[in-house]
Amino acid sequence: MEQVLRRKQKGNLARAFYRFKKNPLSLVGLSIILVMILIAILAPFIAPYPGDSAGAVHFKQMFQPPSWKHPFGTDEVGRDVLSRVIFGSRISLMLGVVVLFVAVGVGLPLGLFAGYLGGKVESVIMRITDIFLAIPPLVLALAVTAVLERNLYNSMFAIAFTWWPWYTRLAYGETLSKKEEDFVEVSESLGASRTYIMFREILPNMTSSLLVKITLDMGYAILVGAALGFLGLGAQPPTPEWGTLVSLGRIHLPKMWWLSTFAGLAIFITVLGFNLLGDGLRDFFDVEVE
Amino acid sequence: MYMVLVLFGVSLLIFFLARVMPGDPARLALGPEATQEQVASLRHKLGLDRPLYTQYYVFLRGLFKGELGMSLITKRDVFKDLIQRLPATLELVMTAMLIAILGGIPLGVLSALHKDRTIDQISRIFAFAGVSFPRFWIGIMFQIAFAYILGLLPITGRISGDPPTRITGLYLLDSLIARDFPAFVDSFKHLLLPSLTLSLSPLAQITRITRANMIEQLRKDYSIVMRTIGMPEVVNIYKYMLKNAFTSTLTVIGLLTGWMIGNAFVIEQVFSWPGMARYGVNSVLRNDFNAVVGVTLVIAVGYVVINLIVDLLYGYLDPRIRLKR
Amino acid sequence: MTVLSIANLKIHFDTIDGTAKVLDDVCLSVNEAEVVGLVGETGCGKSVTAKTILGSLPMPPGKVPDGKILFFCDDLLKLNKHDRHRVMSEKMSYIPQDPMTSLNPVFTVGEQMGDLIRWQGRRRVGPLEFLGLRRGRHNAVAKAVKLLDRVEIPAPKEIVRRYPIELSGGMRQRVLIAMALIGRPSLLIADEPTTALDVTIQKGVLTLIEEKVEEEELSVLYITHNLGVARRLCNRVYVMYGGAIAETAKTKDLLRDPIHPYTCGLISSIPKLTGDEFKGIDGRIPDYIDPPTGCRFHPRCPQLMPICGQEKPELIEVKDDHLVACHLFSRGGGR
Repeated sequence: MEQVLRRKQKGNLARAFYRFKKNPLSLVGLSIILVMILIAILAPFIAPYPGDSAGAVHFKQMFQPPSWKHPFGTDEVGRDVLSRVIFGSRISLMLGVVVLFVAVGVGLPLGLFAGYLGGKVESVIMRITDIFLAIPPLVLALAVTAVLERNLYNSMFAIAFTWWPWYTRLAYGETLSKKEEDFVEVSESLGASRTYIMFREILPNMTSSLLVKITLDMGYAILVGAALGFLGLGAQPPTPEWGTLVSLGRIHLPKMWWLSTFAGLAIFITVLGFNLLGDGLRDFFDVEVE
Repeated sequence: MYMVLVLFGVSLLIFFLARVMPGDPARLALGPEATQEQVASLRHKLGLDRPLYTQYYVFLRGLFKGELGMSLITKRDVFKDLIQRLPATLELVMTAMLIAILGGIPLGVLSALHKDRTIDQISRIFAFAGVSFPRFWIGIMFQIAFAYILGLLPITGRISGDPPTRITGLYLLDSLIARDFPAFVDSFKHLLLPSLTLSLSPLAQITRITRANMIEQLRKDYSIVMRTIGMPEVVNIYKYMLKNAFTSTLTVIGLLTGWMIGNAFVIEQVFSWPGMARYGVNSVLRNDFNAVVGVTLVIAVGYVVINLIVDLLYGYLDPRIRLKR
Repeated sequence: MTVLSIANLKIHFDTIDGTAKVLDDVCLSVNEAEVVGLVGETGCGKSVTAKTILGSLPMPPGKVPDGKILFFCDDLLKLNKHDRHRVMSEKMSYIPQDPMTSLNPVFTVGEQMGDLIRWQGRRRVGPLEFLGLRRGRHNAVAKAVKLLDRVEIPAPKEIVRRYPIELSGGMRQRVLIAMALIGRPSLLIADEPTTALDVTIQKGVLTLIEEKVEEEELSVLYITHNLGVARRLCNRVYVMYGGAIAETAKTKDLLRDPIHPYTCGLISSIPKLTGDEFKGIDGRIPDYIDPPTGCRFHPRCPQLMPICGQEKPELIEVKDDHLVACHLFSRGGGR
C-alpha cells in the first residue's frame, strides 16, 4: 500500500536543471564567457597582427576603415584594431579575476568572523564596512587612484579596495542565518573548533550565493575597470585595455568611428555574458542576491 | 546620530587614504622634475611635515569651518569650487533619476502583468543590455547617432549661449524663473543625452526590481481578496499593489543614487559637463590633492543624506515600520 | 432556485514531476438562501474548488480540462475577464482564510473599505476620481463606519483610521466580513474563515457570520475541515475526499447516518467528551500526480472490495437527498 502512496520525487539536481532550462539566456551567457576565455588564452594565435598589441607603429596605414585586411580598421599609428581588442580581453578578464580574488579573500573572512564571533569583533568589522559603503564605489576607487601611480595594477588594487565590503556583508548575512541552524549547533556541541565551524561548516553552505554574486560582479568589475581606463586612471597606452582604447578613439570622432566602437562592443558583450550567466545561476541555485 | 559617526569614519578614511598611502602628494603635484627643495617647501606649505594627528586635527577643523584647503589648480578654496559646480551635477543626477523612476516603474509593472509574454521578454533583454553597456561607450554612441549623424542634439556642454541668471544653479529651473524660454529649451537639449546615458542602467534595474516586487504583490492574499471582492483591477494594481511594490523598490533607489554619482564622473567627462564630478576627475588627473579629498567628502555627505531621506520616506510609506518606532 | 452549480469540474496542475490531477469530477450545487458546507481534510481540494469558483486560482500552472461552473445563468469558466469581474462583484463575495495576510498592510482600513464602496465592480476609474479629487470619498468612509458598526466592531470611527497591523486577528476578520458584505452579494464563499483565529475568538466570528447570513438571506458555500462548525452553520454538507465528492446530505442526516466509509471515519475521529475511544483514519491523502486507480479512497478504506481499485464510483442517490460515491452502494455493489 505504501508504494501506491509514495512515489519517488525527482532529485535536487533534476529540479535545478529544470530551472536552468527555463532560462535559456543563461546558456548564451555561458557560451559568451567560454568564447571570451578562449580568445584571451589563444590571443597570440588568433590575432592577425599580434605585434600590434603593444607599441608597434605603421604610419603607412593610419586610420584605415574596416576592411578584409583589418576587419575593425586601424588606429592613429596604423595598428590593427582587431588585434588590439583581442589582446584587450586578457586585461579585462584578468582585472575581473584579480579584483574579485582580493575582494572575496578579504571580505569573506571578515564577514564570517563578524557574523560568527559577534560582540566587539562584529561591531568593529561592520562599522568599518559601513564607512566604506558610505562612499559610492567608483568615487572611492577614483580617490584611491589619486594617490597612486597610474597603471593597470594600481587600478585593480583601487577597485578591490572598494569591493570587499560587499562580500563582508554577504558573508555576514549568510553566517547569521546559518549560525542558528542545526548542523552548526550539532558541531558546536561535539566540540568542533570555531575555525573549523566557520570554514568547514558555514562557508560551504554559502557557496551558491557566493558563486552567483561573483559571476555578476565579474561583469561589474570589468565595467569599473574599463571606466577607470577610459578616464586615464587605469592602464596606460599603449596597453590595449578596452576602456583606454575607447578613450583614445574618442578624439577622432565621428570620422574614425571604428576606433571606439569595437572596443566598447567587446566590453558590452563580455559584461552581458557574465550578467546572463549570473542570472541563470541565480535561478539554478534558487538564491536571492542583490 | 549613527550617520554622524559614519561621516566621522569617512573623514578618517579619506584622510588616511590621502596621507598613509604610498606616494607623496607634493612629489606627485610637482612632477618628477622638481628639485628636492621644491618638494620639501611644498610639503611644509601643505603641512605634510607635521605629525599625522596634527594634520588630521587641522583637516577636521577646516571641515567645520567649510574650508577644504586650497586647490593646486584653481588656487581657490576647494569648497568654493565645489559649490560652484555642484548644481550641474545635481541637475544631471536628478534628471537621470527622474527618467529612471518614471520609466522603470511603469515598465516593471507592465512586465509583471504580462509575465513571460512578449513585452516581458523585450523588457528583460533591455534590462540585461542596460546594465551591461559601458556608460562612456553608450554615451559616445549616442553622440554619434543623435548629434553627429542626425544633428538633433548638441554634443557637449550645458548651454549654447550665456547661462541664465544664477539663482539655484540648475539651468532648467533658473531659465524658468527668468522666463527665458529659449534658454530652457537649449539647456534641456544639452541635458537630454547625458542624463539618458546615466539613467540607462538604473532604469533597467528599477524595471527588474519593480517587476519582481509586482509579481510578488500579485500573489499576495490581500491582492487576491481585493480583486475577488470586486475592486477594479486598475485601482488594485496601480494604487494598492504599487504602493507596496514601490516601498521595497525605494531602498534600491538609494543605492542607485550612489551608483549614479559614481558614474557621473564618467558621463561628465564624455559630455564635457561642467560639474563637480568632472572637476574631481581633473583633480585626480592633475594630482590636486585637496580637491580630490573635498570631492570625495562632499559626495559621501550627500550620499549619507540621500540614504537618510530614503529611510524616512520608507517609514512614511510603510506604516509597519513607522508604528514599530 | 439554484444559485451555484458545479458539474464535473476537473482541475490539473502542471508541476516538475508531472501533472497533478487535483480535482476529479467535482459536482456540487448551492440553492437560494441555503448554507452549504464543503468538508474534508487538509489537501482534499476544498480550497482549490473555492479558488476556481472565485477565479483566483493561478493558471498556469492550474488548468481546467473539463467542467462547468454555473452561477445563476452564466458559466463562469466561459466568461471573459471583465464580464466575470462584473458578475462576481455584483453577486458573489468572499471571506478569506487568513485575516492576518488578507488586508493590505500599507493602507488604513477606511481607505480600503472606502475605495471598495465607491468603485466596486467598476471596470474603469477616471484619473480625477483615482486621485481622490472628486467628492464621494467622505461619504464612502462614513458608509464604511456604518458597515463596521454592523459587524460589531467597537469604536468604528476610530478603526477606519487604523492600519491592519494595529488590529487583532478577530478584528481583521470582522473587517473582512464587512468588506464582503459591501456589495450586497447573493452568494458568499467562506474559506475556513475561523481556522486561523484563536479558539476563543472563533465563536464570536462564527456567530457573526451566522447572523449576517440570516439577515441578508445569503446563500453560502462554507469551506471547513471541522464537522462541528458545519453542523452549527450548514443546511447541507458535501464531504470531499481526494478531489472528489464522497457524500452529500442534509447536515443532520449526514451526521446521524453517514454512509461512505470515509465519512464514517471522519465522524468517529471527532474527539468526544464522553471519553469514547478516539478513532482516526489510517494512511494519508493521496498523491495527486499518480492517484490511486478507481476510488481514490480505496488504499485507506476499511471495507475494500476488488472493484474499488478498478472502477471509479459514481455519485448516486441512495436515500432522499442523500448521495454517495461508493461501490458499496452502486449497482451490483455489496450490502
